[in-house]
Amino acid sequence: MSYHQAVYDVPSVFESCERPKKSKAFDRTIGGLIPENLARHELEMPDLPERDVVKHFVNLSQMNFGVDNGLYPLGSCTMKYNPKVCDEIASWKTVSDLHPLQDPSTIQGALRLMHELELMLCEIGGVDSVTLQPAAGAHGEYTGIQLVRAYHETNGETRKEVLVPDTAHGTNPASAAMVGYDVLELPSKEGCVDVEAVKSAVSKDTAAFMLTNPNTLGLFEKDVCEIAGIIHDAGALLYYDGANLNAIMGKTSPGKMDFDIVHFNLHKTFATPHGGGGPGAGPVGVKKRVDEFLPIPRIVLQDGKYQLDNDRPKSIGKVRAFFGNYAVLVRAYAYIRLHGGNGLVSVSENAVLNSNYLKELLKDTFELPYGDLRKHEFVMSGRQLKAKGLKTMDFAKRLLDYGFHAPTVYFPLVVDEAIMIEPTETESRETLDLFADACKKIVAEDPEVLRTAPHNTARSRLNEAKAARDMIFSWRAYEKKMQADAEKTSHA
Amino acid sequence: MALSECSLEMLQYLKLKSVEELFSDIPPSVRTGGLRLPDGLTELELTRELEAMMSVNRTASQQPTFLGAGVYHHFIPAAVKTIVMRSEFITSYTPYQPEISQGMLQALFEYQSFMTELTGMDVVNCSMYDASSALGEAVLMSHRISGGSKFLISRAVSPEKKLVARTYARGADIQLTEVGYDPATGSVDINDLKSKLDPDVSGFYYESPNFLGLIEPQADEIRSLLGTKTMVVGVNPMALALIRPPADHDADIVIGDAQVFGSAMNLGGPMIGLFGCKMDHVRKMPGRLIGLTVDADNRRSYCMTLQTREQNIRRGKATSNICTNEALLAVASAAYLSVVGKSGLRDIAVKNVEHAYLLANRIGALKGFRAPHFKGTHFNEFVVTSDIDPKRIHEDLLSKGIHGGFPLGKDFPELKNSVLYATTEMHTKGDHDRLVNALEAVR
Repeated sequence: MSYHQAVYDVPSVFESCERPKKSKAFDRTIGGLIPENLARHELEMPDLPERDVVKHFVNLSQMNFGVDNGLYPLGSCTMKYNPKVCDEIASWKTVSDLHPLQDPSTIQGALRLMHELELMLCEIGGVDSVTLQPAAGAHGEYTGIQLVRAYHETNGETRKEVLVPDTAHGTNPASAAMVGYDVLELPSKEGCVDVEAVKSAVSKDTAAFMLTNPNTLGLFEKDVCEIAGIIHDAGALLYYDGANLNAIMGKTSPGKMDFDIVHFNLHKTFATPHGGGGPGAGPVGVKKRVDEFLPIPRIVLQDGKYQLDNDRPKSIGKVRAFFGNYAVLVRAYAYIRLHGGNGLVSVSENAVLNSNYLKELLKDTFELPYGDLRKHEFVMSGRQLKAKGLKTMDFAKRLLDYGFHAPTVYFPLVVDEAIMIEPTETESRETLDLFADACKKIVAEDPEVLRTAPHNTARSRLNEAKAARDMIFSWRAYEKKMQADAEKTSHA
Repeated sequence: MALSECSLEMLQYLKLKSVEELFSDIPPSVRTGGLRLPDGLTELELTRELEAMMSVNRTASQQPTFLGAGVYHHFIPAAVKTIVMRSEFITSYTPYQPEISQGMLQALFEYQSFMTELTGMDVVNCSMYDASSALGEAVLMSHRISGGSKFLISRAVSPEKKLVARTYARGADIQLTEVGYDPATGSVDINDLKSKLDPDVSGFYYESPNFLGLIEPQADEIRSLLGTKTMVVGVNPMALALIRPPADHDADIVIGDAQVFGSAMNLGGPMIGLFGCKMDHVRKMPGRLIGLTVDADNRRSYCMTLQTREQNIRRGKATSNICTNEALLAVASAAYLSVVGKSGLRDIAVKNVEHAYLLANRIGALKGFRAPHFKGTHFNEFVVTSDIDPKRIHEDLLSKGIHGGFPLGKDFPELKNSVLYATTEMHTKGDHDRLVNALEAVR
C-alpha cells in the first residue's frame, strides 16, 4: 500500500503567531459617526501576513481528501468527478458579479441560463415545470412537502400524515416533520416497499408518499406503478427523492413513474462539486396540477425577454431569498450541455455498470442481501466481521489507509452493519479493481490493524465522544478550557 | 450507444450481453427512450457559447451598482480565491470520516471561531443556506426554546426574508406578527412591541443594521421587555467589526449572512447563513457543529459533533432537516478574515461607514432629495426619498450605465417614494460623482 496523507501540525489561525501588537490607534467612533454606546470595544482577531495565511490553508487542504484525490464511494452522495470547465465558467465576472435585485434587463443571460436549465430538468425528470430555488436536496424535499400541504389545503383538506419507507434517507422524515406532518415509516419487504404495507397504511389522512427509486439499497422499486396507483387513489401525492437519479437518466423518469413532485440534487447527478458539505442545489419539478404552488418568482419568457413573475397568488412564497444557488446552477447547466442527451444516458449506463461490476467483485467477500441486480449503488453487510470482534467502522477506517474514502456506513438501517457503495461512472475499471483488492486484503488482515486504523491519515482514530462531552466549538472556548484546566492543576 | 472495450469486458465479467440488461428490472411501462436534449459540446464549444450568452449581463464592475438589501459587493483578495479553489476542499463532501478530512474540519472550526468572536455568541454552527432560511430556522428554534404559537418580527426586515420566514412558520403552525418601526429613526417601535407581547409569543426578531440601514440603539430595552422570551438578532457580520456584538445585549440567537466575507454576489446564491446561539440552547439548534477533540495519539483534532440533533440520526425528530450546507463559503469566510486580518477588516468596515455617510449627505444636499431619510446610525446602506417617481429615477440611471438602489414602495407603501441605497469599498469617488450628477439631472 502506498498511500500516506500529508500530516502537518497546523496551529489555529488564532495562535499562528504572536497576537498582533497593539495595532495602530483606532478611533472606535470613526469621528463620531458611530455613537460611543454602540461602538465596539474588543475584537480578538489575528493579523497575519498573506504568506502565512496561504501556507496555513494550503497545508490544511493537503490534510483533506476530495474526489480529485481518489475514489470517494460514499453511497447516496454520488461523488463523481467534477469537470473543471464548469468551475471556470462559474468564476467569470459576467456570471458571478451580478446582484439578484438587478433590473431583469441587465441579467438576461443569467435568466436565460436558469430558464433553459429548468426546461432541461423538465425533460430529464419527466415533469412539467421546475423551480430552481431550493438550496440543497433536503431543502428541495422541504419545498416539495410545502407544495403537498398547499395542494391539499387548496382542496380544502388537512391531511396529517406522510409515509416513507424504512430505507428512506433521514432527510425525508425530517423534512415532512418540519412542514407539520406526522411521519409513518413503512417496513420494507426484501429490500423494497411492501405493497401490502402501503395498502394498509394509506388512508384519507395520507398527504404524500416519499420514495427514492432506485432506493437506498440500489434496488429498483419494481412495484412503483402499483404504489403510485394506491397513493393517487387515496387522493395523496407521490414525492420522488432525486438523490439516486444518477442511475436512470433516459431509461425512465420520475414523471413517467407517475410521481407528482420531484427534487433533483444538482451536486450529485450533475457533478457540481460538493464543497466540503455544500453549496449544493435542490431544484424541484412538478406535474401541472402542482405548478401554481411553486415558489416565486417564476422566470418567464415574454416577447423574447426574460421576466420575473411574482403574481402567483397560490404560491407557497419563498424557501430562500432570490433565485437559488445560482453559481451551482451554472455549473449544472454547463455539465448538461457538455454531455448532451446521449451523454447523460451513458452517464447512467456507466454508473450502473460500475456499480454492478464492483458488486460482483466483492460478492464473495461480503454478504450481499437482497438479490443481484443493482442500480448505481449497492449495500453489503459487514456483520461477518463481528466474529473477529470487528465492526463495519473498523473496515471503513482501514480503507482510508489504502487511499480510498470510506463508503457510507450504518445506512440504510435495514441492513445490519451496512456498507453502502456508490462508485459512480467516472471511476475506471482499474480503480474499481484496486478498491476490490484492498477490501479483500483488509478482511484478511490482523484484526488489531483494523481496530486501530487508520494509520496513514493525518490523524489516527478520533475520540468523538470527547468532542460531544467537551463541547468546544471555537478557539475562544478552547482557550477558556485550557485556562480552567491550568487553574485546576495549580490548585491541586 | 457504443461501448468502450473496457465496458464490454466488464459486461462479460457480469455475464451480460448488453447494457440494456442492467436495466431489465425497470418495468417496460415506465421506460423512456433516451433524452430529448441537444447533443453534447466540446469544452471549447461550451466556453464559446456561454461566453456569448453571459456577455449580455451587466456586471457590478461594468455599471456602478448601488444595490444591497442583503447581498453586498465587496472586494475579494486573490489569496482567498486561491484557497477556496483548492481541489481538496472543493471536491470533498461533509467530513463523515474525520481522520482523512482534518483540513476541512479545522477550516470550518476556524470559521466558527471567527463568527463566535464577531457575534460574541457561545456557539455558531458551520453554516445554513442563507440568512433568510436561517431566520426561518430561528423562528422554529424559538418555538422549541420558549413554546408559544406566535412569533414577532420587525417590519424593518427584507421582504425576501419575511416571505421565507412565513413559509417556515406556516410549516409549524406558528403565527408571525409584525412590529412597526419608528417613522423618524427607523428603529423598533417599542410601544408597538410592548402591545404585542402576550404569553403566547415565543420570541422577537429584529435586525441591526436593519433593512432600512439603521443600527438598532434600543437593544437593551428590547431585551428587558422580552424577559424570558427568545431574542433573535439579525446582523451584517462585517458591521460587527465596529458595532457592539449582539451577545453584549444578551441575544439568544443571532443570524446573518457571511457572504460579505470573501464570496461573490453570484446573483444571490450561494449565500452563507450565519447561525449562532447561547450554549444553553445548543441542543435545540439546527445545522452541523464542528468540535475539538483528540485522536488516539492525543493530537488536537476536529470532528462533527452533537449529531444526535440531526436528521441522519434522529430522522423525523431532528432539530432540522438540513444536510448539505454552505461549507465552502465558510472556508471562504475564514480565509477572508485571516487574509484581511483584524486591522484590514476594521479598515474595510470604516470605509463602508464613511462611504455611506458621504454619499447620503451628497444626495441629501440635492434639491428634491432627502437622505438619509431616517435619523440614526448607518453602516453601508441608507434610504433616499424624493418627490420624483422612483421608477423614473431608476430608468434614467440605467440609461446612463448606473444601477440605482432598491425601490421600497412595493413592500413598504409608507415609503412609496423611497429607495434603499448601498455603497461599499468597491465604489470610487468617481462612481459617487456619477450617481450624484445623474440624480441631479433627473427632472
